[in-house]
Amino acid sequence: MKIAMQSVAAGQGDIAVAGVALIADPAGALYWPEHGVLVVADLHLEKGSSYATRGQFLPPYDTAATLARLARLIAHYAPRSVIALGDSFHDGGGPARLQTGDRASLSALQRGRDWIWITGNHDPEPAENIGGTFHETLRLGVLTFRHLPTGAVNEVCGHLHPVARVSHRGRAVSRRCFAADATRMVMPAFGAFTGGLNVRDAAFADLFGTLAFTAHMLGEDRLYAFAAKRCLPDY
Amino acid sequence: MQAALDITHAPLLPDSFVRWFAQRGWTPRAHQLDLLAKARDGRSSLLIAPTGGGKTLAGFLPTLVELSERNAPPKKLQSTGRSVARSQGLHTLYISPLKALAVDIARNLETPVREMALPIRLETRTGDTPASKRMRQRRDPPDILLTTPEQLALLLATADAPYLFGTLKRVILDELHSLVTSKRGDLLSLGMARLFKLAPNLSTVGLSATVAEPDELCRYLVPQPLEGTAMADLVVAQAGAQPKITMLDTQARLPWAGHSARHALNEIYDLIKQHKTTLVFVNTRSQAEFLFQELWGVNDDNLAIALHHGSLDVAQRRKVEDAMTAGKLRAVVCTSSLDLGVDWGDVDLVVNVGAPKGSSRLMQRVGRSNHRWDEPSKAVLVPANRFEVLECRAAIDAVADNAQDTPPLRTGALDVLCQHVLGRACGEPFLSDELFAEVRAAAPYATLTRGDFDAAVDFVATGGYALKAYERFAKIRQGKDGKWRVTHPRVAQRYRMNIGTIVEADMLKVRLMRSRRGGAHIPRGGRMLGQVEEYFIEMLSVGDSFVFAGEVLKYEALVEDEVYVSRSSATDPKVPSYEGGKFPLSTYLAARVRGILADSDAWRALPAQVREWLEIQQWRSMLPPAGDLLVETFPRGEKFYLVCYPFEGRLAHQTLGMLLTRRLERAGAKPLGFVANEYALTVWGLGDLGVRITRGDLSLAELFGEDMLGDDLEEWLAESALMKRTFRSCAIIAGLIERRFPGEEKTRRQLTISTDLVYDVLRKHQPDHILLRAARADAATGLLDIKRLGEMLSRVKGRIVHKALDHVSPLAVPVMLEIGRETVYGEASDALLAEAADELIKEAMN
Repeated sequence: MKIAMQSVAAGQGDIAVAGVALIADPAGALYWPEHGVLVVADLHLEKGSSYATRGQFLPPYDTAATLARLARLIAHYAPRSVIALGDSFHDGGGPARLQTGDRASLSALQRGRDWIWITGNHDPEPAENIGGTFHETLRLGVLTFRHLPTGAVNEVCGHLHPVARVSHRGRAVSRRCFAADATRMVMPAFGAFTGGLNVRDAAFADLFGTLAFTAHMLGEDRLYAFAAKRCLPDY
Repeated sequence: MQAALDITHAPLLPDSFVRWFAQRGWTPRAHQLDLLAKARDGRSSLLIAPTGGGKTLAGFLPTLVELSERNAPPKKLQSTGRSVARSQGLHTLYISPLKALAVDIARNLETPVREMALPIRLETRTGDTPASKRMRQRRDPPDILLTTPEQLALLLATADAPYLFGTLKRVILDELHSLVTSKRGDLLSLGMARLFKLAPNLSTVGLSATVAEPDELCRYLVPQPLEGTAMADLVVAQAGAQPKITMLDTQARLPWAGHSARHALNEIYDLIKQHKTTLVFVNTRSQAEFLFQELWGVNDDNLAIALHHGSLDVAQRRKVEDAMTAGKLRAVVCTSSLDLGVDWGDVDLVVNVGAPKGSSRLMQRVGRSNHRWDEPSKAVLVPANRFEVLECRAAIDAVADNAQDTPPLRTGALDVLCQHVLGRACGEPFLSDELFAEVRAAAPYATLTRGDFDAAVDFVATGGYALKAYERFAKIRQGKDGKWRVTHPRVAQRYRMNIGTIVEADMLKVRLMRSRRGGAHIPRGGRMLGQVEEYFIEMLSVGDSFVFAGEVLKYEALVEDEVYVSRSSATDPKVPSYEGGKFPLSTYLAARVRGILADSDAWRALPAQVREWLEIQQWRSMLPPAGDLLVETFPRGEKFYLVCYPFEGRLAHQTLGMLLTRRLERAGAKPLGFVANEYALTVWGLGDLGVRITRGDLSLAELFGEDMLGDDLEEWLAESALMKRTFRSCAIIAGLIERRFPGEEKTRRQLTISTDLVYDVLRKHQPDHILLRAARADAATGLLDIKRLGEMLSRVKGRIVHKALDHVSPLAVPVMLEIGRETVYGEASDALLAEAADELIKEAMN
């Protein structure tokens, strides 16, 4: 009963963390109207070229694809600030490998607003020529934004790339999701080439303490909320 | 050397061979002598012969004779640098689709070599050959090497290739009819094109079962000129006795649907009892598992009945094969894993359970019994449902007419070309112009455009992207001499790890769990039972039971890439729904089935139950006229159904269902789902389709219009899971992403890039990329069978007949019964999510 009530309350993508009402966009971003802040996690820009250095020529279009999706969100919400919640580049060499066009798109997105790069495990060092400011964590109101989940309360983080799997009528559907309870949230990965980790993986239970959290799965135009207990593990 | 004239008049078979034949009580067959004559003239040839016609010996005879006439071998060269010219060296290469077959043939060849004391060294080379021996084979090759297409590709990708193959005189391709139907055949054709360059005096011998178009195989065997075509000579062995094929006239009630043939179990068992050794063929691994279980359930006489299919552990399969050869088995339940290969002992009956699917396929299977070619093979067909009765009847008629329906020769796949280009660079630097000419000599690639060739080279070099981002990381690069070469030895190393064109679904090992001693800890190890597809396990929950390797098993745990199971006493196990071995009904046989349906005179040859079924259909609705498409509509429960009968196979029907539902959706007809089988397709929805069609609101001509293969198809391909799976195969074969290897599963599962994501991005940014084109070409004939659907839509244009009915028709019952049995097909996963979420809400509110 409790599970279901949560599903109803979650509605069309409003998720409350620490009593703060956040808009969870089905594109995989978070918008906080009160502060005019748009948050995206794990962009993993230049993942394609990172693989290419090792001889696997993934299409060099992932950065363009990711930035184009981000551009649509920015056009829609017109945020005063954007927070990229870490692992914004797939590796430290990523910023240097940016294609000229992609670099220009990024600058255009940054124009007229604050751009905050939270450092992640893939990109621990501040990089040059990509604008914005660098922070390990950022506190805004009651919420703390950081890349790696620490288990502290009132935290919004990334890193884990949550994916949920549910099955209905004999078919399983797997989607990226926001994993959240009342005190913390793990954001879905936003990058075009980013894979995922099942929310039934031990990493999530460790973080949330139990399976009493909700997976808000990304649909075409809305979120679908499922209690983590009801989600399937990776078989 | 003898003078040319003497050669012409010399007997084809040397005395020692004549004596050897006589000792065994044999006389050389006409086709064996024909092949010898062709070989002496330096001609390549295709031998078409029934099983048991001495086909393999015929293929090797020219080589054995030539090698026996050769002067005594020179002293072995100790150091064999590449520059050392040798008159000996590798003489004949034998290539088989199965490594077990290569090993078996080598064993059989040793007999004449030993008995005639021929100075011939013959060796096999497969994935199981130890590295040291493989290394030695490259330096000091045997006279005859028996191997597989993949091993040939590996050998060609080494610097030793020119030395190793420079002396080659002959290549023998066994089971050619089977090789040429897949991407392995494409890869082999490219390897052959290379061999023709390396060994100018090379000729080929193809060994094949009867095919529809022998000329195509004849083209495959020789290099194609720039203009026109070249062909090997055709030698057709005298046909064996006409097989005796009958249909089981069951005393039981014939099922309307399903594939289990449970109704005929006792009758199949009786057949096994009445014969010495029986091969029981089924179409899928799950059917094999099921039937094997059931047969043991009625096996009161404790007959030795075994199981054989491609997912079982190799060691277990070998054991069955050995027991079979030793004559210890009374029956083997098997899938297409035994369609080819090793000569069995004394099989005196073939039972084919389920649909034969094709006339040639049936003839090949039937040929597995009785390898004495002049006595008729004996086979009994056991249809599992009523439609299969029609298919069996059509197949028996087709065999009597000796009608072949093997598929046409493939157009060489672009992903395979990419793999080959890299392999060539690993072997020896190449010039684009030269390699293009070489590749075009391979029959499947004879029409390859320079544009596609260059795209393949570009793909290998830097990924083939319009955006030139990866020049720095190139795998192959053009030198000042214009030649392409690999940039780093690591590239060649990786190529060797990823060679081949067989992309299996990711497989997981199944192990029988040792008993848990204390605690929940899963002890690792335990007996390996075989492998299952990852997606099958994906559908199971811990505790579910399923049938595998002839046992009922309980799924206990997944640890890395191993599935742990225990024996279960469950009585209603889920049966593995393997996809392996599901061949679509051949177009030819489909036409014959439609012919039988349309001709009530032909019904006399059918069992009474089936005749009655068709008569009621005629009375209630109508039978589909031969060239027309019958569409029936009727209400049932709270829904409205549309059933059509294209007879084009399940894959084409699924694609049709996918596209029809999109169109119905757009027409406001609110379709809810569809289910397809081999013969028919049913779509259902909330709107009354029959009324809309009768009133003229909905035009069937438009609904089934050929234009559905335009935008509707495009839209669906964007999200189709089947298309993504097709793309994944192409990406692996072409070398975009690397294969997974056992042992690194755990880490790689997280690291490996999802090809689905690559597909999405590539489709949006470079829709004409070579890999997308390769995937599209595959989709035309593979999992989506779009080509066949297109041909059907064109065939029925202006020939759609609509029957609006009050009730379900007898002909519709089989496909209606699939609803609930088959997973309802659809890819609208969002709708599914919404439903699942809503259900939860309902639960909460009540």
